[in-house]
Parts: sequence; C-alpha cells; structure tokens
Amino acid sequence: MNWIYEPWPWYVAGPLIALTMFSLLFLGKQFGMSSNLRTMCSMGGAGKAADFFKFDWKKERWNLMVVVGAVIGGFLASNYMSNNTVAINPKVAQQLSQDYGIDSGGKAYLPPELFAKENLDDPFVLAILIFGGFMVGFGARYAGGCTSGHAISGLSNLQLPSLIAVIGFFIGGLIMVHLIYPLIFG
Amino acid sequence: MKYITYLAVGIFFGIIMYKSEAASWFRIYEMFEFGSFHMYGIIGSALVLGIIGVQVIKRKGIKAFGNQEMQLKPKEKSIARYLIGGIIFGLGWALAGACPGPMYVLAGAGFYSILVVIAAALLGTFVYGLVRNKLPH
Repeated sequence: MNWIYEPWPWYVAGPLIALTMFSLLFLGKQFGMSSNLRTMCSMGGAGKAADFFKFDWKKERWNLMVVVGAVIGGFLASNYMSNNTVAINPKVAQQLSQDYGIDSGGKAYLPPELFAKENLDDPFVLAILIFGGFMVGFGARYAGGCTSGHAISGLSNLQLPSLIAVIGFFIGGLIMVHLIYPLIFG
Repeated sequence: MKYITYLAVGIFFGIIMYKSEAASWFRIYEMFEFGSFHMYGIIGSALVLGIIGVQVIKRKGIKAFGNQEMQLKPKEKSIARYLIGGIIFGLGWALAGACPGPMYVLAGAGFYSILVVIAAALLGTFVYGLVRNKLPH
C-alpha cells in the first residue's frame, strides 16, 4: 500500500490538470482560481469602497465551491495520501541550506523556516508571508489571472495576452529568486 | 445539487495540486532555479493537451452541458497590464511559493501560516480594486 503515498509524476499531474480545466469548460465555466479573491472581497462589502467589487458575487458561488473542494482535497491528500516530503533536486536543497540557511529541502513539504506556526511571531517571516501574498493578490488581478487562468486556460486557448502574462510571471519569479533572495535571505 | 459537482472538481484539483507537489514552496523555488523538469513537465503536458482539446472544441463547435456556450472568450488586448501585473504576480509567487489555487490546498493540509498569505492576497486584491483606475492597463 506504499504506492498511495508516492507523489505523482508530472505526466500524471499535467493531464489531470487539463482534465480539471475541461471539466469546468463542459460545465459552462472557466478554470481560474484568483478571481475567487475578488469574489471574497465583494462578499466582505468591498463594493462600498470601489466599483471593481460591485458585481453579483452570487454568480461566482460555483467557484467558491471549487475553493472549498481544494481545501478538502488538501486535507485528504496530506493526511491519507502523502509522506509530506518533497524530494527536490539535492543540489538545490544543498544550495538552499548553504546560501540561505533553509535546511529542510528534501525533508518537508513546505520549509518550516517560513511556514511553521511558531515562526509567525518572527517579524521577518511574517513580512515575507505578507509581501508574498500581497503581490500574488495584487498582481493576479492586475494581470487578469494567475497560473490557472493564464498559464493553463489562456494559453490553451492560444491567447497572446496570457503568453505576455506568463512571461511576466517568469520574469518576476526569476528576479525574486536570483536577485532578491540573496538580499533578503543571504 | 450542481454545487456538489463543483465541490467534487475542487477536491480532485486539490488532491492533484498536493500529490503533484505543485503546492510545495520547494518545487516553485526549484523551478525558478531550473533545478528540475518537474514543474515544466506539469504545466507543459497540461498545456499540450489543453491546446489540442480547445482546438477540437472550437473546430467541431462542441457545446458545454445543457447546450451552453463554452467559456472561451478572447482576452482583452493590452501589453502593460499583463506584463506589469504578471511580473508583480511572479515576484509574489516565488516569495510565498504559492499561487492562488495551492494556497487553499495548503490551508486544508494544515499549514496554518498560509492563512496569512491568503489574507495578504485578499488585501492585495482589495488594494488593486482601489487604485486600478490610476494604473496603466
């Protein structure tokens, strides 16, 4: 029964993601996760502050159900279907340890250095989580989509705007990891 | 009843994200370090099948269930918003190591610190809504 804990290789995961997208298309919807953040702002009354949030969020309830499902899926997978370790390239793990003092590469699913509850009272860790999350939320809406909406849905539909957005995702990610990480973690 | 279907799609998606390790901070870091083919293989294979499938749907005029139109609208043309917005998103993606799908998956997996990331993402979305008229689109 050990096979059930094994991670899925890319050639299993990729086609299943495509299947997720086609399931939603056949249900008359579009695969895109970041629009839920806008919906949640609207639910919380953000329409009073900006017109951007004045829309009928109830029409987006289906996508909130996808979110609830994703939470349940994460619970099921982590508790019953995983060893919760990620075997990354040992060279990358070694580099993380040497350069940035992140020693958990290959031994954890997320680095406890950044994601352990006990580290939340460290202002440095808290700042990383807040800045990271803020840019994800701001950037996804500015770009009109995230990894699911642009890199999967948009590119599948051969949309040039999505290609520009995905190039942007990679420029941003490469700047962060290669130029900014040495400054903040080094 | 229809909501149960979406809930099921979400559960399926959540399990894929977690089991494929696409929800792992380490995999995102490794991708931007070009340390493994894993993430490129996931996105690339999803994309190849996605492109083929969407082309088939379009050429054969296949409809969604209930004879609805497929949601395959072309995106608004622009460069600035996609490039600048995309770069900001990428900076955040590589720092928090999570994008807007996996965030919820990680919350379900019991990584409670991710709730800070989700709250900050909501704040980022809210601030975008406040200032969007002043930004180049």
